Amino acid sequence: MADVTFTVDGKKLTAPAGTLLIEACRKAGIEIPAFCYYPGLSLQAACRMCVVRQEKVPKLQTACTVQVGEGQSFITESPEITQARKATIELLLGNHPLDCPVCDAGGECELQDMTFKYGAGESLYVEAKQHREEQKWSPAVYFDRPRCILCYRCVRMCGEGMDVWALGIQNRGASAIIAPNGGDHLDCEQCGMCIDACPVGALTSGTYRYKTRPWEMNHVATVCTHCGDGCKTTLGIRQVNDGAEIVRADNRDKSGINGDFLCAKGRFGFDFVESADRLTKPLIRNAAGKLEPATWEQAIRLVASKFKEVRDRNSDKASSSSIGVIGSNTTTNEENYLLQKFARTALNTNNIDHERTTDYAGFAHALAGTTGRTASLRDTQTAKAVLLIGGNPTEEHPLLAWNLRTNFRLNQSRLYITTDSPIKLERQAIKSLQLPVGLESNGYEAFTEFLNGSDSAIEATSEAKSFREAIEAEESLIVIFGEEYRGQAIESLVKWGLKKAGVKFAYLGDYANSRGAADMGLLPNLLPGYVPVASPAAFTEEYIGLPTAPGKNAVEIFDAAGNGELGALYVVGSNPVATFGVNPAALKSTFVVVQDIFLTETAALADVVLPSASLYEKTGTVTNSYGDVQLAKKAADKAGVKPDFEIIVRIAGGMGIDVKKLVPFGKTNGVSADMGQSRGAQSGEADRHAVWLTANHLEPRLSPFDPLAVLDEIERLIPAYKLDRLNLFGGNDVASEPGFVPVSSIASARDLILPSHDGLFTSGILGAHTVALQELNQYQHQFEHPVVTETAAD
Amino acid sequence: MSTETMSIFSPQLAAKFDALVLKYPVKRSALVPMLLYAQDEIGYVSDAVIAEIADRLSITPLDVRNVATYYSMLRFKPVGKYNVQVCTNISCMLRGAYDLFDHLQGTLGIGHKGVTADGVFSLEEVECIGACCWAPAIQVNYDFHDELTNDKVDAVLATYRAKAKGATTNA
Repeated sequence: MADVTFTVDGKKLTAPAGTLLIEACRKAGIEIPAFCYYPGLSLQAACRMCVVRQEKVPKLQTACTVQVGEGQSFITESPEITQARKATIELLLGNHPLDCPVCDAGGECELQDMTFKYGAGESLYVEAKQHREEQKWSPAVYFDRPRCILCYRCVRMCGEGMDVWALGIQNRGASAIIAPNGGDHLDCEQCGMCIDACPVGALTSGTYRYKTRPWEMNHVATVCTHCGDGCKTTLGIRQVNDGAEIVRADNRDKSGINGDFLCAKGRFGFDFVESADRLTKPLIRNAAGKLEPATWEQAIRLVASKFKEVRDRNSDKASSSSIGVIGSNTTTNEENYLLQKFARTALNTNNIDHERTTDYAGFAHALAGTTGRTASLRDTQTAKAVLLIGGNPTEEHPLLAWNLRTNFRLNQSRLYITTDSPIKLERQAIKSLQLPVGLESNGYEAFTEFLNGSDSAIEATSEAKSFREAIEAEESLIVIFGEEYRGQAIESLVKWGLKKAGVKFAYLGDYANSRGAADMGLLPNLLPGYVPVASPAAFTEEYIGLPTAPGKNAVEIFDAAGNGELGALYVVGSNPVATFGVNPAALKSTFVVVQDIFLTETAALADVVLPSASLYEKTGTVTNSYGDVQLAKKAADKAGVKPDFEIIVRIAGGMGIDVKKLVPFGKTNGVSADMGQSRGAQSGEADRHAVWLTANHLEPRLSPFDPLAVLDEIERLIPAYKLDRLNLFGGNDVASEPGFVPVSSIASARDLILPSHDGLFTSGILGAHTVALQELNQYQHQFEHPVVTETAAD
Repeated sequence: MSTETMSIFSPQLAAKFDALVLKYPVKRSALVPMLLYAQDEIGYVSDAVIAEIADRLSITPLDVRNVATYYSMLRFKPVGKYNVQVCTNISCMLRGAYDLFDHLQGTLGIGHKGVTADGVFSLEEVECIGACCWAPAIQVNYDFHDELTNDKVDAVLATYRAKAKGATTNA
């Protein structure tokens, strides 16, 4: 819209016509206080805190509802306005319990702040306090009624933001109260957004309440470890005897890829870090066959010597090494990269895989040679049109669902959904098409054919045809699909989309770093950046002794173990025994090393168990489902555990591997070169890493345990990970570009992909160890969920 | 309407609701009239009423409660067969409404919002019922009785008591 010029407190401001005054002022650095106003939600104008004087208008106006127009003039601070706000505060405090010393919000309460700023020393308005006991609405949400100032933020957040409508207002006048749908309990997605939105301490968090005060915590922004959306979460950290504990998770500063949003897992599911089940000491299987605690030195020495022994025993058969390595979906990119480099160069094997939840290799291959065809998670918040195929984002990708809803609400985006069963997001869809289930072929593949014009592929009803026509008519479109598409199916869908200029893709995976695990080459046939091991290109020079025959995948590794052909198995942060249903007897004659945060089914079978740090206890980058790379920062700490990165380096060191070749660190970066000054960047003999560092104005890393040294190498070797470091280290998400992939055949076996389908309250290995999520899961199980077809929005 | 077969309302009212829903661009706009009609038939807004109305309008029961609790003329507990509403606003008050209310409390043996043991009468003190010219006035269900005195009220009660008896003996 056209810009208009108006005056606020004597200052000339410019903003698009129709902007709310409160927003225009905030952008210009003039803060107007408000309780009920919340950006992005519908207007309430209930609290009267944002009153301003508008020229030629007889009464004070609410800045949250006034739209700016040409030539208007406003005053936002004057004795009159201060008096009005003082009166508002006085009324709000009329029934407020003033229990700030015990209230959870004390120290970060908007009412408290406003009272300091505008509150009166004494009150003319006296009312008997209506005390009510606090109520437990659910294991996650508590309600303290007298503290509530009826700003309706929670009601709107739950209804408009989450599309759950679990909260409402009951009664009129002085007896009005916020009430949950069950009368005295909440039946909702338990996201806890209402707690964050609450400007006072009326809604408090079940996991945080009465534990600490805001100023006693350190606040560390890191990446949530649960699903593939990779929300930024701010962890409140407090020092404890054996390290640092997490007491709260939220995203109150509204920064990062997820803005306001955080789901139940991100907000409440951090207590696995403090679980009593955590491994805190290395375990070694003794002569009696029992795992018993050992020191790190003993464990590393044993693992290193065994790995070396098994590797050297098979050194003649380089291609069919008898060591297998299974990586993780929740360790950082640096760790994944290092793990595969360690496997390939130190263990001399390509037998490396991870628990694949989606076929990222197939996706990268389908997009090879194109650029700008992948959608970042941020794009889903502004896209004009989105085609969602399969899956249920509300359950499995909460942030994506939030973005799609927000985009619909604020930008009237057009959402097309085609699934095999009804999903909640259809309430925001302009068109939805239910695919027939139980077809001989995959119904989703048939849908691609249908998109391509084959009317016979699915039952071409007029509804289906109009669905296709509407999609064809869209100039720009984000196509979001999930594990329903694998291998060839991705290829044909992407091919369909690439024909149109404005189509972008997003491929949904499961865990915090599933995408990163694939991107970093935890695959038997592909190196980092999906470079085939058979033609390693740039990696030839970097990876000395790289075997060039594709290794065994996870299933083949366990088959080999079953046949007694696997000498050693190294499992990092995953539980393949449970996931792949491996018969424990198969690992009888294999030396098994598991490093994990819990004693999983796999770890219970291991000869050596190494306690590793969780994602909240280390630094590194992770890549979400959409290829957005974010920096995870160390928040919590636990005595006895080590980051996976350090463990791998220590094992390599124990094996006598030149650690400088594995992790480029130190002034000379592992090569006794002259940093490249005399021979130049083009010289093959120069230290490429050092030259690259210099060219990119980066400092050499001084510790072999510094994961960022490997990030340097990742950036150098994987074109997709040319990252904007200023943004990355500033805590922002940086999109990677999977298009930089060699165009060569990538065949992926369909049956290897095991999606986890974690719901709102479950999370792989971690879910079983977080009490908060378990409680929520149990609690939520008692309710049925009718699908409400019409939203209650006015 | 698929809900018809399961309705807690009479077939006439259910049919009325079906027609009502179609009158508005958005279904939920029919909420307040539906609540009023439902209260007339069932006597009060019960949980079952809330559930069925929510279902008919495809909104949550909570949404129905949000609206229903705003209106003081909707009730959530059963009242007597005859609900006696005594106006005590200014005109009635000046002409002895409180005497009348006290008298009714004594005669019926119940207080504000009380229900007699036999369920025939309930008593309520209410805001203006719009009969200032003939104050003091009471409203019994939808009937007005004005320019009352204690004696007149006794006579009014007697007619309803008789009606209630007639209804029970006839039944």
